[in-house]
Amino acid sequence: MFYREAGDFSTTYPQDSQTFPIRFDRYRYYVVLAIAVFVMPFVMTDYLVNSIFLPFLIYAIAAIGLNILTGYCGQVSLGTGGFMAVGAYACYKLMTAFPDVNIFFHVILAGGVTAAVGTAFGLPSLRIKGFYLAVATLAAQFFLVWLFNKVSWFYNYSASGQINAPERTVFGIPVTGANTDAWATYLFCLVFTVGAAILARNLTRGAMGRQWMAIRDMDIAAEIIGVNPLKAKLTAFAVSSFFVGVSGALFFAVYLGAVEVGEVFGITKSFLVLFMIIIGGLGSIFGSFAGAAFLVVLPVVLKIVGVDMLGWPTDIVAHFQLVIVGALIIIFLRYEPHGIAQLWRVAKEKLRLWPFPH
Amino acid sequence: MKMKLTTMAVAAVMAAGPVMADLVFPSLSYRTGPYAAGGIPFADGYADYMTLLNERDGGIGGLPARILECETGYNTEKGVECYEATKGEGSLVYQPLSTGITYQLIPKATADDIPVHSMGYGRTSAKNGNVFSHVFNYPANYWDGASGAINYLLEANGNDISGKKIALVYHNSAYGKEPIRTLQGLAEKHGFELMEVAVDHPGQEQKSQWLQIRRERPDFVLMWGWGVMNQVAIQEAANIRYPMENFIGIWWSGSENDVLPAGDAANGYKALTFHGVGSDFPVFDDIQKYVVDAGKAAGAGDQVGTVLYNRGLYAAMLAAEAAKKAQEIHGVADITPGMMRDGMEALEITEAKMAELGLPNFGPEFTVSCENHGGNALVGVTQWDASAGSWSLISDFKPTDGDIIGPLIEEDSAAYANENNIPANCG
Repeated sequence: MFYREAGDFSTTYPQDSQTFPIRFDRYRYYVVLAIAVFVMPFVMTDYLVNSIFLPFLIYAIAAIGLNILTGYCGQVSLGTGGFMAVGAYACYKLMTAFPDVNIFFHVILAGGVTAAVGTAFGLPSLRIKGFYLAVATLAAQFFLVWLFNKVSWFYNYSASGQINAPERTVFGIPVTGANTDAWATYLFCLVFTVGAAILARNLTRGAMGRQWMAIRDMDIAAEIIGVNPLKAKLTAFAVSSFFVGVSGALFFAVYLGAVEVGEVFGITKSFLVLFMIIIGGLGSIFGSFAGAAFLVVLPVVLKIVGVDMLGWPTDIVAHFQLVIVGALIIIFLRYEPHGIAQLWRVAKEKLRLWPFPH
Repeated sequence: MKMKLTTMAVAAVMAAGPVMADLVFPSLSYRTGPYAAGGIPFADGYADYMTLLNERDGGIGGLPARILECETGYNTEKGVECYEATKGEGSLVYQPLSTGITYQLIPKATADDIPVHSMGYGRTSAKNGNVFSHVFNYPANYWDGASGAINYLLEANGNDISGKKIALVYHNSAYGKEPIRTLQGLAEKHGFELMEVAVDHPGQEQKSQWLQIRRERPDFVLMWGWGVMNQVAIQEAANIRYPMENFIGIWWSGSENDVLPAGDAANGYKALTFHGVGSDFPVFDDIQKYVVDAGKAAGAGDQVGTVLYNRGLYAAMLAAEAAKKAQEIHGVADITPGMMRDGMEALEITEAKMAELGLPNFGPEFTVSCENHGGNALVGVTQWDASAGSWSLISDFKPTDGDIIGPLIEEDSAAYANENNIPANCG
């Protein structure tokens, strides 16, 4: 009734191949985007932005990055935390070395640095697969964290080994440092998240994305039909690391402001992003958003319901959160391996046929 | 009772604002995760002292104190979320019990005009109130701890430790790295050799570190550990038969949780402190009567009198005293976080005051001023007696080496002020 293609005719190829071919879907997307850009900044508070929206937007970029590598190209990676750290430290070094350059470019460049590092760590993927690759990326995770802790050049020789984001502005409005407004940091991250999503969507449905998916589905068959595995795997690592690096840079510079590598970018971060794409849906851009939103909002909702409304002790609620996330991962892996994105697709199919399912 | 009613009435008139006025003390606690063993007793002590004030004295200056607990799991992201979630409720002072979260909160809280009290942790150079207007770390900081440990060793070795080798086993984080600079300075001054041994979070695996210590045989071992790392280190030290009396932990590595797992082998282990140990103080009778027996104890209520419980209680006492001071300065009972900051800056803890509060000789005397947010830097040493199962104070609160620490604080805070363009706070 609401959601169907009847009467929605495509007369050109670009119309036919657009991201949202159904009119209702397309308008919904424009409405969501318009609300995010024109309405949300006015209702943004410090609490909303710091506990929900910044982590959601930033984790969404990281999840898109990991989804490209794992969901689209089939290369399992446990090094997300380490690559986010590369982005964060690259951003910090750039911010302090070139204070006059706009922070916007520093974040992009930090992504570029991470892409280079990610490609280097992706080289073994040509020879090793599956679990063994996961272990190799795990080594990257531990090596990078160790490196940023050990070599004091990375944190400008500060006594504590912490990196602190100095104040930087965009159009004269501070987006990093202590004196930021909630709406400014929100919009800054929103620009990156929307940009990353559009870029990722178009990469994954183009020639490159098809090569990644061919490698994922069966690498030998892909090679036989003419996909260059070297190129496909390394581009997947590079693009994925670029997004992860951008998210790491934003995570440090805009969201936290001060970072200690072992604590913030440890192995738990790698798993968190991996859980996001498992719950959200492997091989889906929407799934990256859904997974990030789910894992960012769930603890906050549990806390509000458990502690503020029911008055339970804080530790019980914190333990419940672990139990619930763990149970959900098992349930999703068992009953819906394609995650929330698949539930969404099924719901759309149902809507399309409703109210006459036969 | 009549007297109390009058003060309450006066306070109510003075507040003259919302009917349900209370003083909000957020407790960014961690009762979960690898550091919970340290987080639980501290949070319990903090909450119990506030409950005691409410039950016994009717709050602080007539207004009830409200503890707003938020679980951080020692995780910086959750700490930030907790800060944002609680700051709108009129939170007076933040005590996150985590150096990482403190680093996060320093710029944020300063911008929001809310004081942070990082008691014995956090950024050491916050002692310089000229730069860090809203951060307090009285009564002692990590650099005092490092110097206190070295002073203790000097005293025990006839003022000469030149040529000795001292190992620092530290948590490889901002927290553990804090004392290194001071120790390097002290090594130069006193001619000992410093050996740095890092342990990565969370510190459950320390075989290689202790193998290194066994091989290089340092004369003394200092430890900056927290959570599960402490127990493992003490166990490993026992395994290599390292003499416990030469092993000194910082105050975060000196609680019952850390020594009990090693059993008798931990006997003689030493730890620094800046407050008294045990429950042999009059205030504990009141806690028993008004809080524990009344069934109002926080958590499981089984932590009373442990080292970290006492520290939480001490933190709450200092917060309550600062709130009283703020009420006195500004003449209103319902103080704002900004007023609380003024109260903290004018805080003066004397022996007479501590005795009046039921905590005679519990901590060092100190005064806070605009320039000095770190107190008088007096550090004591405690030792564990495994057979008695208790800590005892073996060295009184003694001064630390200001000649080394002063310039370092000046240098570090000046760097921070430069980086962030902070004007001098004290006129």
